[in-house]
Amino acid sequence: MTADSTSTLTEILVGGISRGAMYALVALGYTMVYGVLGMINFAHGEIFMIGMFACVYAIGAFSVAWGDHIMLNLTLGIMVAMIFSAAYGYANERIAYRRLRKAHVLAPLTSAIGISTFLQYFIFLTVSKDTVNFPRYYSDYLTNHHINLGSAEVTYLQLTILGLTLVIMTGLFYLINFTRLGIALRATAQDQLMASLVGIPVNRIIAFTFILGSALAAIAGVMFSMYNNVLVFDAGYRVGLKAFTAAILGGIGNIPGAVLGAMILGLTEALTTLNFGSQWDDPATFAVLMLVLMLRPRGLLGERVADKV
Amino acid sequence: MLKLHDIYAGYGAIEVLKSLTLEVRAGEIVALLGANGAGKSTTLLTIAGVVPVRSGVITWQDKPLPVGQADAVLRQGICLCPEGRHIFPRLTVLENLISGSFLLPANRNPAKLEEVFQYFPLLAERRKQLGGTLSGGEQQMLAIGRALMGEPKLLMLDEPSLGLAPQIVARIFEIIRLINQKGVPILLVEQNARQALKIAHRGYVIVTGRNQLTGTGAELLASDEVRQAYLGE
Repeated sequence: MTADSTSTLTEILVGGISRGAMYALVALGYTMVYGVLGMINFAHGEIFMIGMFACVYAIGAFSVAWGDHIMLNLTLGIMVAMIFSAAYGYANERIAYRRLRKAHVLAPLTSAIGISTFLQYFIFLTVSKDTVNFPRYYSDYLTNHHINLGSAEVTYLQLTILGLTLVIMTGLFYLINFTRLGIALRATAQDQLMASLVGIPVNRIIAFTFILGSALAAIAGVMFSMYNNVLVFDAGYRVGLKAFTAAILGGIGNIPGAVLGAMILGLTEALTTLNFGSQWDDPATFAVLMLVLMLRPRGLLGERVADKV
Repeated sequence: MLKLHDIYAGYGAIEVLKSLTLEVRAGEIVALLGANGAGKSTTLLTIAGVVPVRSGVITWQDKPLPVGQADAVLRQGICLCPEGRHIFPRLTVLENLISGSFLLPANRNPAKLEEVFQYFPLLAERRKQLGGTLSGGEQQMLAIGRALMGEPKLLMLDEPSLGLAPQIVARIFEIIRLINQKGVPILLVEQNARQALKIAHRGYVIVTGRNQLTGTGAELLASDEVRQAYLGE
């Protein structure tokens, strides 16, 4: 292998891992909600999309208010995105899912699909019918600067995505496994009646799950819109589908599984693009999914269904 | 301490408790007996605030007990260890125990864990094991231990002997008595009527949600009605 092709390969792999990291942040929302409620929140992709728009408009407002301070405005923009997405995620749970908790499983699922379509058209009609560009001044700073990894170039944006994801994953792992809140969350996921009998506020824990998952999706949304430079009202559909696939691939309900599944998808896409062109991304992704499910119907790290009952 | 007066309660259109009256006094073990579907578990769930009260009054230490609010009841120190044990299967033994003190300050946990491990040394050995991997008897011990973590002023146990081998049942009943001797009153629902009445100070027999019979443990053990219906004699 020549020096040039190794550096290309490294760059492709870093790109794949970066994409995987963004998918992972979204996939966590799917898998946490499934873990606690046993439902697929199909509106989660739209929560991701709302985060994108909230950040871009917030940055616009900040730069008008006090000028273009890159790090300050970006940081505040991400925070605004998290707050917006969290509010939408919480409202979804309150309005569309809570009353349906004891209904047939198809009821909340259908409600979720309805909310997903509603939110897409809500943004389409009230915010923008066309694609919107992420403010170049901000994204260029992160995409044009890079460090050298051997002969390969890794952009600041990729570093940010990887660093941020690593910090978030570590924090989440700690929260879920080593805190009282984490015990309450897992207890609620495993046995709601018993959780309420030991005094765990089940409704608040479920709301918290939605808020946390939504905030993570918002971070992914901001990163994604910087990565691709454009945002559009139906962006959440595609990414949501990919992240959902990642969660299934890793074993839905399993948190490390969602991260693993997302990384596999990110790398699959990157390697497919390298070898066959990006039009093969989606077929390759779903071929991997089908192959894995044929061999392991519960997903890579999924638990046996018997354990859930 | 705890008094139920003329309680009606149930689920949806089904009324399970119809004018139920009972009392647990300080330091007592009270057994609640009855056939399947008589309303024993519903009685405990109603006290615990999970099943709503339709009419009647529950008082606790001479004050009305909040009804229909599980966390408020728990804050009063009334802990239910439900039928079927309900261990969190994918939490460790230690995490299961810690979950029992969710509403209490965490700094009291170490001392309480010591106490639970004194009753059930086996749980100390298995503290890192997942709850779902324990045997039935161990799960029952864990369920009682978890309820003790809530610092109960009244402990309600629903069918603690269900599905367990006789020597384990004996061990569980011994520990129930031990817990009671340390001053915790116990309201005990049991299908194993003989065992229950042996350790109970008093007992109630309920039939389709109504009071049928009451007396001391010894009186009920000797009564023809109980012998025929619940002891199979």
